[in-house]
Amino acid sequence: MASFSDLGNDLYTGKRSFNIVGRRKLWYAIAGLLILVSVVGPFLRGGFVFGIEFSGGSQFSISQVSNASQQAGIDAVKSVDPAVVPLVSTLGQSGIRIQTDQLDDAESNQVRDALAAAYNVQPSDVTINFIGPTWGADITGQAIRGLLIFIVLAAVFMAIYFRTWKIAVSAMVALLHDLVITAGIYGITGFEITPAAVIGFLTILGYSLYDTVVVFDKIRENTVEWGDKATRTFGETVNLAVNQTLVRSINTSVVAMLPVASILVIGAFVLGAGTLRDISLALLIGIFVGTYSTIFIASPLYAQLRQNEPKVKKIDQRVLSQRANREKPAETRASAEQLKA
Amino acid sequence: MAKSTAVKRARRTLVWLLVIFIALAGVNTAGAIWGGGTFTPKLALDLEGGTEIILAPKTGGAAVSDEQVSQAVAIIRQRVDASGVSEAQISTQGGQNIVVSIPGTPDDATLARIEASAKLDFRAVLVSTTADVPTTTPTPGLDATPTVAPTNASDLNYITPALEDQFLNIDCTSTAATDAGQAPADQPLVACGEDGAKYILGPVEVAGDTISNATSGVAQTSSGASTGQYVVNIFFNEQGTSEFASVTTRLSGLTGAQNQFAIVLDGKVISAPRTLAVITNGQPQISGNFDAASSKTLADQLKFGALPISFVVQSQNTISATLGSTQLISGLIAGLIGLILVVLYSIAQYRVLGAVTIASLVVAAAATYLVVDLLSWRAGYRLSLAGVAGLIVAIGITADSFIVYFERIRDELRDGRGLESSVQAGWKRAIRTIFASDLINLMAAVVLYIVAVGSVKGFALTLGLTTIIDIVVVMMFTHPVMTLLAELPYFRDGHKTSGLDPRQLGAVYRGRAQFKTPTAAVPRSKQESAGREAARRQTIAERRAAGASTLVIDPPAETETPTRSKGKDS
Repeated sequence: MASFSDLGNDLYTGKRSFNIVGRRKLWYAIAGLLILVSVVGPFLRGGFVFGIEFSGGSQFSISQVSNASQQAGIDAVKSVDPAVVPLVSTLGQSGIRIQTDQLDDAESNQVRDALAAAYNVQPSDVTINFIGPTWGADITGQAIRGLLIFIVLAAVFMAIYFRTWKIAVSAMVALLHDLVITAGIYGITGFEITPAAVIGFLTILGYSLYDTVVVFDKIRENTVEWGDKATRTFGETVNLAVNQTLVRSINTSVVAMLPVASILVIGAFVLGAGTLRDISLALLIGIFVGTYSTIFIASPLYAQLRQNEPKVKKIDQRVLSQRANREKPAETRASAEQLKA
Repeated sequence: MAKSTAVKRARRTLVWLLVIFIALAGVNTAGAIWGGGTFTPKLALDLEGGTEIILAPKTGGAAVSDEQVSQAVAIIRQRVDASGVSEAQISTQGGQNIVVSIPGTPDDATLARIEASAKLDFRAVLVSTTADVPTTTPTPGLDATPTVAPTNASDLNYITPALEDQFLNIDCTSTAATDAGQAPADQPLVACGEDGAKYILGPVEVAGDTISNATSGVAQTSSGASTGQYVVNIFFNEQGTSEFASVTTRLSGLTGAQNQFAIVLDGKVISAPRTLAVITNGQPQISGNFDAASSKTLADQLKFGALPISFVVQSQNTISATLGSTQLISGLIAGLIGLILVVLYSIAQYRVLGAVTIASLVVAAAATYLVVDLLSWRAGYRLSLAGVAGLIVAIGITADSFIVYFERIRDELRDGRGLESSVQAGWKRAIRTIFASDLINLMAAVVLYIVAVGSVKGFALTLGLTTIIDIVVVMMFTHPVMTLLAELPYFRDGHKTSGLDPRQLGAVYRGRAQFKTPTAAVPRSKQESAGREAARRQTIAERRAAGASTLVIDPPAETETPTRSKGKDS
């Protein structure tokens, strides 16, 4: 890992620097494309798939079974439609309850027959019922209210802490970017949106803002004294801060993604669809996109929002003209760029 | 000396952390032995199963609308949430039944809270058999503006021979009769009082869902002295206020039983006070045979919402977990594999320093386990599979604080500081970032905990918990340990495997001798601001480049001279 720590040193000293802020049009184009795919993709595939907890579904109950095995019920449902993920539980001493997504009448009857065969009862002993969502409109409503309050508070906090609303705006744009893309992946892959996925989603929301604050705190440190004596433009100062925290960003996201990735692998490939897969997919994508967007969306956007302020413009012009006057070799940034090349 | 103070403080902090741990473990042990707690957190519905209660509407034949059912679901959810963060599931079945699934075996109090449907109405009394009538004490400061009376709900013409027959034959000492008190809102009703009195009541005039708040307490006279009598204070919303004002306006002009109005809870008359005055401010007070507990129960039921329809428990059954124990074990194994990968990555990145990350993560995990266990005992918190996954992930994200901290220490080392002062200076900068970013998470947790319901509330608790533990661990464990480690020659001299080798960190330009002499020995001024320092530190490459050329464009302060050792402070 020596090369990685060398990279960290070089990024910190400015010997090597990735021009992130300067290439903002490229990042915006990528973000625009990803968002377009995330919005259009789900529609092409047929919309989002909501779990039984949101949409309600069908419930099959059998009382007085001799063998209340849960697996038998799962197998019976899968034999009718392998895509359905049934929730099977035993009820009391000898009852069994199977919940599935809402099935049409033909499928319901097939499932009923399959269950009757699996549990050795008459098809008429299987009662079919419609169940409503456990995640009702009241939970969604309250959650959205809470989120709006939180986002407003977070924006106000950032505006006060960093003493500029432009950081808050940049962070919110990045947050929106993360949420749209994470949601889009669910729509495109057709993974069910379950309460577990929503919880994963909320975690992303917090993580995305958290990560932005960590990086912007470095930007704040570097730009707080930026002024008349500056030797680099505002954009370059922001760029340096982003580069200086790049190692931290990579390390943090890797460390956060490792447990998520192993849960996703075990959840999806060993256990099949279920809670673990739902929550870890949202988290894995979200952590990656959240880290990415802080660096490639929020920071360039912030630099762009500030660069047209009269004061910033004036200093930037002075820095650039001084640099031009001095001509090439002694100019520090030029030399840094040569090293990079 | 500054150095030894930092070390002393670090030792003291570690001792305090140990004390906190012993206290947490002690409370958990005490709870497990004497208080009905356990050594492992309780599990939620998906992992442990629980009890399923099916409530059927009791409407007296009238149809139930979807709106009424979903309103009832929302109210029952609030009541269940009030008994702790247990992630109960509430849904509908067949469009009109409500299914409440509670993890584990619910205690009687929780059951009572769900079953008490608290459908509360106000009806005018037409006839009563009791002579002993409680009175309402209207809140003082009344403005007796009469409003236009509605079609008279006190009209005795409501009493049909059939109703009279029912009234004469009802046996208010049997429980069957008290359950019978059901009638559509626009029809008169024969009902029993809790004391055995019988009533014929007019149609509903004020519905219970117009109550915006309810409190209970001991009534006070206008001079502030306690009367010793328990009362329930009701606060109506705008609609309820005007409706209640018109009822009291009409009733106060009548005499005998018709002067009374009845408060009907689930078909039972809980109080039928006389109307002594017109109440226009929408804040009546119910007095009756209340004690502290019963007045609180009624106020809670009113506050958490009166259900739009009454329900009766149709069945109560145990249900098994929907996820087998294999899911939980697989989840835990996956988490373990993930954390082992984190350990390997930390060692690759931070060498021996990675051990501090690992130790911090272990401390954070242990603290999380103890607190979750405690909450599961005291606050009814239960772990679902999603919750377990969330906790594992949150502990992983906790590592960010350590990474931010270590990177700041390395930044200071790159600037050529000695280790001891790097640790202290890096800490000051890191903790500010950690506080700011964790405050965002904490804010999310608090807002969602207060506003949200159901599993989102459970998530908010988890998020808040891990965030606080993150701050505690980084302040009370990671930083003190780093302070102490900085004293060890192995780290102080920047051994190659320590992860803090200044040579590897590119601080070579200062020459070997200089980073072997810790700058901590040099007295430092505290005036230098972090910002100025930041501006200075970002120009190392420039300084190097400037040193190579003759063109120095920055003021002298920017050049590298021994004055650099003028750090912030330790």
